[in-house]
Amino acid sequence: MSENIEKLEKQFQEKIDNEVKIEPRDWMPDGYRQHVVRQMSQHAHSEVIGMQPEGNWITRAPSLRAKKILLAKIQDEAGHGLYLYSAAETLGTSRDTFLQWLHEGKAKYSSIFNYPSLNWADMGAIGWLVDGAAIVNQVSLQKTSYGPYSRAMVRICKEESFHQRQGYEIMAKMMAGTKEQQQMAQDALNRFWWPSLMMFGPHDSDSTRSSKALKWKIKRETNDTLRKRFIDKTIPQAEFIGLKVPDPDAMLQPDGSYKTGAIDWEEFWNVVGGNGPCNKQRLDHHIKAHKDGKWVREACLAFAKNQN
Amino acid sequence: MKNLFKYTVRLADNSLILGHRLAENCSWGPYLEEDISVTNTSLDLLGQAEEFLIYAAEVENEGRTADDLAYKRPEIEYYNVQLTEQPNDDFAHIQARQFFMDAFNFYLYSALKNSSDSTIAAISAKSLKEVTYHLRRSSEWLIRLGKGTPESKERMQKAVNDLWQFTSELFEMDEVDEALISEGIAIDLKEIQKLWKNKITEIFKMADLTYPEGGYQATGSRKGYHTEYLGFILAEMQYLPRAYPTAKW
Repeated sequence: MSENIEKLEKQFQEKIDNEVKIEPRDWMPDGYRQHVVRQMSQHAHSEVIGMQPEGNWITRAPSLRAKKILLAKIQDEAGHGLYLYSAAETLGTSRDTFLQWLHEGKAKYSSIFNYPSLNWADMGAIGWLVDGAAIVNQVSLQKTSYGPYSRAMVRICKEESFHQRQGYEIMAKMMAGTKEQQQMAQDALNRFWWPSLMMFGPHDSDSTRSSKALKWKIKRETNDTLRKRFIDKTIPQAEFIGLKVPDPDAMLQPDGSYKTGAIDWEEFWNVVGGNGPCNKQRLDHHIKAHKDGKWVREACLAFAKNQN
Repeated sequence: MKNLFKYTVRLADNSLILGHRLAENCSWGPYLEEDISVTNTSLDLLGQAEEFLIYAAEVENEGRTADDLAYKRPEIEYYNVQLTEQPNDDFAHIQARQFFMDAFNFYLYSALKNSSDSTIAAISAKSLKEVTYHLRRSSEWLIRLGKGTPESKERMQKAVNDLWQFTSELFEMDEVDEALISEGIAIDLKEIQKLWKNKITEIFKMADLTYPEGGYQATGSRKGYHTEYLGFILAEMQYLPRAYPTAKW
């Protein structure tokens, strides 16, 4: 038996090493299945919970164009959640179970959404920085070894790059605007800069799950590599429109990359652990929407049953 | 041109305020697919509103833009029917409001696509494609909820009863309509009312819902009078452009 498993594991790793995608019906180690399910459901929850801080400004979007773009963007995020739940369901866990885990606090979502969106420039900062950080990660994940996840990522990346551009456009417009608008933009950057760097997760030296995920090619690059790519791309974008990242140690290096100051990991782990400004609010919102919708879902099921 | 301006703004306001109400529901849907559908409908309506407002600004020709019309007009100059501003009390209210408006818009745009005003005709023809789908969707929800569980039936019937008082206003006409009907631009809403009533009766029957009779009927939006809800909608919607009047967004 154990010899058989060993053989299967060897074949599995060969496939991975040869860049052959793993498909739902293929044999896979339990650890791989668990890792992919956890990561995809966490990713799906992030898309869905991420609707809330942006949804907070839909009714106050300051122009018809801005309102339509924001709404379309949030709708895209909901769609990403849908692909990802569907991709995760291919490994045998239902969406209802994923939601139950979310509501029970067993499943996480990206901590960035536990920060409040306080002024209109936050819609710019979220698109530019949060989606920008997500893209760096997701571009890399297009090559992830699990087939359905990889294919979902290809689609999602196309939309995310539009999201990032619309976010940067908002920031650029604000910086070209009145003094108050410039203040809003700088304030948004000040609040979202560090949390967006934390989106890449702990330093490689502290990342417990990274080595296996890299071996299985679920993750293709390390947290620090991805974070650095984001920093080097984003600081010049900030400077180009007259914004300054809130890091006194940020400095251009001779090789064109940036050195940055230390990340406050205590804050990161606090927010991951549930103690962020909006953790309770975000989860309560999702639970309330789900509870309020129970009678609708029951009616749909009853109606479908009566039709048969 | 004043009549044409007012008529176009009315069309825009119905879509803008209903679209805004639906947008409020983003992330509050009963499940993810439905959340996406509601946002989709909202986006269609906001698109219609924008096109009508662009045209209204052009007709008015006083230098105001579509955004000025949306974000700088006070309540009294908003002409949406009061039905569109009613709150998202529950999913049944959202769908009942939508169904009444969709049925109205469907017959209205079916007629207005032949308007002698080529811009109104063109926007109506485009909107009709969207509204045809909206009507199918909200009709299906009435039937599904009317024939779902005892709770969903009770909620749907309550929503229909609660919102019924805002339905006569859909068909009110004034001197603006009279003038534009004679030019072949506007539509006689008495004709639309007959078609609307037939549709409502048909779907209520399929949904096992009781057709409400009698009772108070709201009026006033033709003159810019509204329920108390519109003021709050505009206070939120217009906050940034009013707080920072020189800013460009």
